[in-house]
Amino acid sequence: MDLKLLTIDGARSAVQERKTSAVALAEMFYLKIEKDDPQIGAYLTQCKDRAMAKAIEMDALAAKGDKLPPLGGVPVAIKDVMVTRGVRTTAGSKILGNYVPPYDCTAVARLEAAGAVVLGKTNCDEFAMGSSNENSAFRPVHNPRDLSRVPGGSSGGSAAAVAADMAVVTLGSDTGGSIRQPASFCGVVGLKPTYGRVSRYGLIAFASSLDHIGPFGKTVKDVATVLGVIAGRDPMDATSADLPVPDYVAQLDKPIRGFKIGVAKEYLGEGLDPEVRATVAKAIEKLGKLGCEIVEISLPHTEYAISAYYIIATAEASSNLARFDGVRYGYRAGDARTLSEMYRRTRDQGFGAEVKRRIMLGTYALSAGYYDAYYLKAQKVRTLLTQDFDEAFKKVDAIVTPTSPTAAFKLGEKVDDPLAMYLADIYTVTANIAGIPGISVPCGETKEKLPIGMQVFGKHFDESAVLRVAAAYERGS
Amino acid sequence: MKVTEKDVAYVADLANLELTDDERTRMVRDLNSILGHIDRLNELDTSNVEPMAQVSDRYGVDPSKHGGARFAYASREDVVEGLRKSLPQDEALANAPDADGTFFRVPKVIER
Repeated sequence: MDLKLLTIDGARSAVQERKTSAVALAEMFYLKIEKDDPQIGAYLTQCKDRAMAKAIEMDALAAKGDKLPPLGGVPVAIKDVMVTRGVRTTAGSKILGNYVPPYDCTAVARLEAAGAVVLGKTNCDEFAMGSSNENSAFRPVHNPRDLSRVPGGSSGGSAAAVAADMAVVTLGSDTGGSIRQPASFCGVVGLKPTYGRVSRYGLIAFASSLDHIGPFGKTVKDVATVLGVIAGRDPMDATSADLPVPDYVAQLDKPIRGFKIGVAKEYLGEGLDPEVRATVAKAIEKLGKLGCEIVEISLPHTEYAISAYYIIATAEASSNLARFDGVRYGYRAGDARTLSEMYRRTRDQGFGAEVKRRIMLGTYALSAGYYDAYYLKAQKVRTLLTQDFDEAFKKVDAIVTPTSPTAAFKLGEKVDDPLAMYLADIYTVTANIAGIPGISVPCGETKEKLPIGMQVFGKHFDESAVLRVAAAYERGS
Repeated sequence: MKVTEKDVAYVADLANLELTDDERTRMVRDLNSILGHIDRLNELDTSNVEPMAQVSDRYGVDPSKHGGARFAYASREDVVEGLRKSLPQDEALANAPDADGTFFRVPKVIER
């Protein structure tokens, strides 16, 4: 079986028709991981016992002739920020280096209930804070397309695992672009759903009002299939929306003739690599040929998005990460004589440089005397950015942009310049701020054969439009 | 320079971090660089703009209602073990760096 071409349908039907077994399929993937992952670093933990138990269950169903569930026997991997009962979950941090959660993340539980075989947990930037995966406390991830380059971040391991055929589909999380940017860098499809579409229960919190869980896959259809499985109201997450989940896959083949596609000049300005600009322009042209009406729009506050984002995200992070104190779980510094000394040393030794930087920035922005100037100001700009999209979506059905201003950069290139690293998120953070869905779909390569991604935004809870545009582009290209 | 070494020490204290001398020096540099960019927010007049903390009060709610009633779908009865059972004590303590089987153990709380 050629793992390179394997999709959900291919894997599931092979197990269903007993051309292979779910156990044999999982073993093939583990062999692939053993052979290739030392160079790539996509996995932090493998959970073979758990994978094999599920595979055996799926093989038994197939042997009986029962219809397999939608992900029956499909090998998947989970970003290590989603908790898994009995399987170490680190968030890429030393402070959770030996944490074994007592419960399962809802999205993971739903995947497994749909028959997915969870191979393991994927590498990521510490607490999902980063755009290159170099902030993992364990090891950086290398881009499978060019090992000298980053896979993007923070879900770099999940993107790389799909790109290197070490899982059929994976889950990632996206707080400012952490699914879409690595999807773009690694040449795979990645979707951030609407805020509230997928439960965050069991997702280790970075910035609660911006955090999302979403899928990576090789095809738009695979991503649509996984979204259908993980979406929907969960009483364990009060912010998960009580709205029906449409059949995303059934809608993919609908033509997009007559769709109005917005193109915003603010996403094609300064800092955009000329090769990326030309490639995305060509992709937009193709959408025009597919019958879409291309409409020029303006999202006037875009240039303020990074500033607002890094205040809101770090403020929420400083609060969320206060729970890591060395008392109930995780790392504890061993040499403290008093409780307050123990807290400080535990956090000093347990957190990496970027996490401390964000805790500091967020604490500063929330501190007396600065709250109005920074946090409140950023929340008001969040309103303006959201209104930009409200206005635009009165005129268009979807918006197309580059996913990232550049293709994958070299490891080490931006590691000493946090601001330059933050600006890598310039086209993705807006969707988190407004809570709208966004997808990155491959749309070409640079001269150096590095993948380029096209991003599609849609209205709140209109993942269908986003998926349909991406699928039509994929079919037509 | 907006942020001084003194500010960094004060904020680190609020955040329960200690930071080494090197880390403090670098933090001064990094925070000033990032805040220098963030200061562009002041170009915008937001005097008549409402702040927005999150997006979930816009969708899937009853827009004619306000306050708690608006989020009625997300509420539940206030009962013991409402959505899931509490963890058994041994599981709750299993990840603790130091526990005695009944309690989490920590260093001395009162300093003298």
